[in-house]
Amino acid sequence: MAKTLFDKIWEKHIVDTIPDGPDILYIDQHFIHEVTSPQAFAGIVKRGIAVLRPEKTVATADHNVPTKDQHLPIKDLLSRQQVEKLTENCKRHGITLYGLGHPWQGIVHVIGPELGITQPGQTIVCGDSHTATHGAFGTIAFGIGTSEVEMVLASQCLLQYKPKKMKITVNGQLTPGVVSKDVILYIIAKLTAGGGTGYFIEYSGSTFSEMSMEARMTVCNMSIEMGARGGLMAPDDVTFNYLQGREFAPKGKKYAESVEKWKLLFSDSDSYFDSEFQFYAKDIEPMVTWGTNPGQGMKITDQIPDSPGSNKALEYMGLSAGEPLLGKKVNYIFIGSCTNGRIEDFRDVARIVKGKKKASNVRAYLVPGSKLVEKQIEKEGLRRIFEEAGLEVRQPGCSACLGMNEDKVPRGELCVSTSNRNFEGRQGPGARTILVSPLTAAASAITGSITDVRSII
Amino acid sequence: MEKYQIIESTAIPLEMENIDTDQIIPARFLKATDRSGFGDNLFRDWRFDLNGNPKPEFILNDPSRTGTILIAGKNFGSGSSREHAAWALYDYGFRAIVSSFFADIFTNNALNNGLLIVQVPDEFLKRLFDAIRQNPKTIIRINLENQEIVLSERGEKEHFPINSYKKKCLLKGFDDIDYMLSLKQKIEKFESQFK
Repeated sequence: MAKTLFDKIWEKHIVDTIPDGPDILYIDQHFIHEVTSPQAFAGIVKRGIAVLRPEKTVATADHNVPTKDQHLPIKDLLSRQQVEKLTENCKRHGITLYGLGHPWQGIVHVIGPELGITQPGQTIVCGDSHTATHGAFGTIAFGIGTSEVEMVLASQCLLQYKPKKMKITVNGQLTPGVVSKDVILYIIAKLTAGGGTGYFIEYSGSTFSEMSMEARMTVCNMSIEMGARGGLMAPDDVTFNYLQGREFAPKGKKYAESVEKWKLLFSDSDSYFDSEFQFYAKDIEPMVTWGTNPGQGMKITDQIPDSPGSNKALEYMGLSAGEPLLGKKVNYIFIGSCTNGRIEDFRDVARIVKGKKKASNVRAYLVPGSKLVEKQIEKEGLRRIFEEAGLEVRQPGCSACLGMNEDKVPRGELCVSTSNRNFEGRQGPGARTILVSPLTAAASAITGSITDVRSII
Repeated sequence: MEKYQIIESTAIPLEMENIDTDQIIPARFLKATDRSGFGDNLFRDWRFDLNGNPKPEFILNDPSRTGTILIAGKNFGSGSSREHAAWALYDYGFRAIVSSFFADIFTNNALNNGLLIVQVPDEFLKRLFDAIRQNPKTIIRINLENQEIVLSERGEKEHFPINSYKKKCLLKGFDDIDYMLSLKQKIEKFESQFK
């Protein structure tokens, strides 16, 4: 029988099936961070058991870390305790930690791929919904809760029902000024914030196959914003080339053997999907969100639609139906996160701001996704371009995407953000988030208002 | 885990769609390293003003509204995977959440903590909201064994789905990590054969 890519990976990882119940799914790679793991470790200790496969878990500190003066003790007591707890737990249970100060520290979904830990065909979980990011490599990767983190630590397995499968095809070449973030915001606007719930998505079509790995990660990352547990893409030469030479990727003969195996990871041509959608690259323009869920998005040149049930969102955002967002003054810009905190994102930003100055009303946070991204920003001379434009580069972490550390947007302020969620209060109590691509964020930083990047390139 | 019992209670209606986990418990309250006390910050920014005073217009601050059942609009629990959302709801005193649609990760997290997820058709959800609007003291009865939710006064009832494995765990108070630990040999055998 014809199988989807998802079926092939899932079936290979079934340890057992509970009659009339879920599958017991083996997990190849587990990532943890400081916020959703302490209670799981406490559970392990309380049970008096050991972590079954400590070598299959990798930890980093990202969610609540400061993005300035990381060499100093964390000022916020609770954040410091949480990070210390992670260090203590990793030491006690023999888990590798890339903590603050380590040259590989960074946002968990940035470091996994860049270190080559993430590899095609794997099952990957993490106590974080944006684990979907790793699907770009042809993996089954999804977010889990803390009880499930405990289960993986205890047994390297999870109890899971197989989700339904959805295929989203996008074909054609993106037009200038339109990037992968716009593609996924467009898809979410079409399917709504709950449209993917119960499904695992496979993205297919020439638009995705022409994307870089980093651009693909941006797409898969936001699968959860439609409610889908995850989204994946078949690995190809772009994937294999990306992995070659990375720290933990197979090397030499092993690499060649792995590539042969990875090449078998695709959906058979007549395989069945429970749901299918098709879109065209030519219809996609730079996108902005206007509401308080990622499905409330529109083309940057559109007016806010008069859609039923959106009053509460518009009231929170201080916006009205029929109003355009283009030209609206913004004082805050956030460029970073597991969605758009990689080197290509910063190259995109540099391309726009080079030789220009940020608008005087703008306060911008540029936060690299990892220490390696930060290093690359330095190496390519991008830091100078940013500094000359009046934009400060901070240190790696999740930062103002969720405002757990001190990087917050003040109450009532609009923030043009390359992150993934525009929920009420996400970037700080009362903060108003507008999700955009790095290009749109960069253009808006220069003008101090929401700007169509196509008008300045 | 506690064995699940029949829930019979008044309910608190929250007639809003897409209530995400950032609203249930904002990120800045996720810094604890144990599971207790999250109920104090449940719906923090809807419940309290800038100075930490309760906002009288928010329904949880109405002293006449009590109950262990929360009824909410569709797509409840979307967004972040934080289990703290389930902990906060449970710690506050809720034992069941009723909606017409739930996010996947939230559903697992809730069930893993003995917080029952009752998914009903849009039409029945509307009837629940209507009934509570007319009489805030309406009693709702949720029976997991029969998978039934009943509007006691009117006798209107609706079946709700739950996966049979989780149902058994909840009814018997089973802990699925204990179960997984019992499979250690099977897991090791799988590992040795995995290519």
